[in-house]
Amino acid sequence: MEAAGQLANAGYTVSLMEKEKETGGHLNDWYKLFPDRRSSSEVKKYLDKKVNSKNIRIFTGTSIEKLHSNKDGFLVITKDGTELKADAIVVATGFDLFKSSRKEEYGYGIYDNVITSADLEAMFRKGKITLTDGKSPKTVGIVHCVGSRDEKVGNFYCSKLCCVTAVKQAIEIREHLPESKVFCFYMDMRMGGAHYEELYREAQEAYGVNFIRGKVSEASESINNKLVIKVEDTLAGRPLKIELDMLVLMAGMEMSEGGIRLAGQTGLKTGENRFFAPADHHYANNISNIKGIFYAGTCTAPMNITETISHARSAVSEVINYFNNNKA
Amino acid sequence: MKLEGKKAIWSDYQKEIADDRYFYVRSCVRQNFFPGSETAFLKIMREELKRDVYEHPCHTTCTGIGYHGDIVPVETAMTVVARQFSLMTEAGYENLLPSCITSFGLYTEILDTWHHFPEVEEKIKKQLKKATGREFSKPKNLAHASDVIYKFRKEIAAKAKYKLINKNTGEPLKVVDHIGCHYAKMFPSKGIGGAEYPYVLAGMVEEWGGRVVDYPERRHCCGFGFRQYLVQANRGFSIACSKEKFESMKPFKPDMIITNCPGCPMFLDRWQYVINEMEGKRYGQNGEGVPVFTYEEVAGLVLGYDPWDLGLQMHQTDCEPVLDKIGIDYDPDEKYNTSIPDEKTRIPGLVNV
Repeated sequence: MEAAGQLANAGYTVSLMEKEKETGGHLNDWYKLFPDRRSSSEVKKYLDKKVNSKNIRIFTGTSIEKLHSNKDGFLVITKDGTELKADAIVVATGFDLFKSSRKEEYGYGIYDNVITSADLEAMFRKGKITLTDGKSPKTVGIVHCVGSRDEKVGNFYCSKLCCVTAVKQAIEIREHLPESKVFCFYMDMRMGGAHYEELYREAQEAYGVNFIRGKVSEASESINNKLVIKVEDTLAGRPLKIELDMLVLMAGMEMSEGGIRLAGQTGLKTGENRFFAPADHHYANNISNIKGIFYAGTCTAPMNITETISHARSAVSEVINYFNNNKA
Repeated sequence: MKLEGKKAIWSDYQKEIADDRYFYVRSCVRQNFFPGSETAFLKIMREELKRDVYEHPCHTTCTGIGYHGDIVPVETAMTVVARQFSLMTEAGYENLLPSCITSFGLYTEILDTWHHFPEVEEKIKKQLKKATGREFSKPKNLAHASDVIYKFRKEIAAKAKYKLINKNTGEPLKVVDHIGCHYAKMFPSKGIGGAEYPYVLAGMVEEWGGRVVDYPERRHCCGFGFRQYLVQANRGFSIACSKEKFESMKPFKPDMIITNCPGCPMFLDRWQYVINEMEGKRYGQNGEGVPVFTYEEVAGLVLGYDPWDLGLQMHQTDCEPVLDKIGIDYDPDEKYNTSIPDEKTRIPGLVNV
């Protein structure tokens, strides 16, 4: 959306393809954003305003069926048969959340009160955190790195945002349920963004969130319908068995299914992490291996919203350079 | 708990199991632990299911216990296993059917190693040839004996005389299924249902009328764990593991335990006696123990085999509570009949749990 808006501002005609019914992607599902916990709707409003341009045609609820390139540029054929010509393509297929049921040992989809970070955001948006029996949880565990830095599921990379999302959500749980106890189970706290470390400190000092360094090995259910988890506290050097009311899985980021399909169809290169591989990670981060196709945002790697918007802007810069140098 | 979630995982972990012509390799310890189980398996396969199951008299241990106990080097284990394969090849069979979970795990591991490192397979071929003059082909199909009973669970149900149902209440028996570690924990794709929610025994239990209990320490070690028991100084860990499981399953009031490993039923059965002796604790209902069975024994029971022909008198935790719940016809006086002419019936001195 940012790239479309910037290109439109520069006077280019843009067709914005969105497979969902609404533009905005995962932003539509989130409640508040880290690190300042502003409402996600504020950023969505900014982006909506950005694409509200006479130079932009938005196609929602459809995806690309075929993408042909020829000497004149590109021909895009959508699933519903619409044909569009384009001089350049910006791929912004984003990411999919890791399917937490693949980490079978955590019991997502099996045990009632094992949920994902996205499920918790949906509860925040409804204004109520509840167990399946309608009661409020008193003890909540948060598992970091679900589907990230995990050889077993084939994802070696760090999804980068789960740590700070966990901190944000832990604070929000404590705000919604002041009587609750929250435990975060982490491998490393990767607080690399602006104000992340401060949020982490606030979670501990002001909200009393417990951070335990260790990976949860398994979850199960007791006779009282409580979740029983096993985890090693690696700082204390001892195994723990804890009863919880709710377990929240910090699902990592993966290359989107749409992106994988597009890569297979077009020959766009992907990296070991299965995201699109830019021509150069340092100085050609928006450029693909196919002339005229550019990347914007999390289709190349996990990024936060700030980085995604910056990446989209740099993609626009590359597109304009391309037009000036190759199409003039 | 949502059963649909488990079903989705079960559907991800299915495997090909040969339909007939099996080369059966016995366990080196099961005949001492539960002497009727392998005999019952062969009877079910040959007489009930009319399958061709071949046993070779020259078959030896696979060395799995020694391998996992760190006293047999992997190349030695591979060469011994290669010899088992050569016996199978010599007999004209291609479907390997181990009785033991650790054997199954070792065979799986070795075949996987050879798949990824063909030069190792070549080396083992040369070693076997040099040592014994033998040659071998790898099995086309490898399935544990519990996989095969799982495959034929419906056929067994169709012939069943009894169901795993409490005859007094009409309720399904609550069954704890305990899977041997080497069945799927190393290679989840080689086990029915995978490693986290194995279905191989659960499928039998469901088909024969029972209901599986999911309890917190379901995945916990039975107490064998090889070095926990084989190293004498570690035996406290062994019984502590078993106790952890019993304490965890007790609130669910299980009627019985079903297993598919040589060691698990041994330790879950015998340690119940020891815990009772040490602490006076029993984990079943009405002050009884929780009877522990192998899957062959359970299959034999539902088919109506005599409990004492199945060797259930060799269990240290009495099996009678379950027999009575199901309504199985048995003669209590025959329990310790040794059937040896001119020898008096000998009843063990120790009282069972």
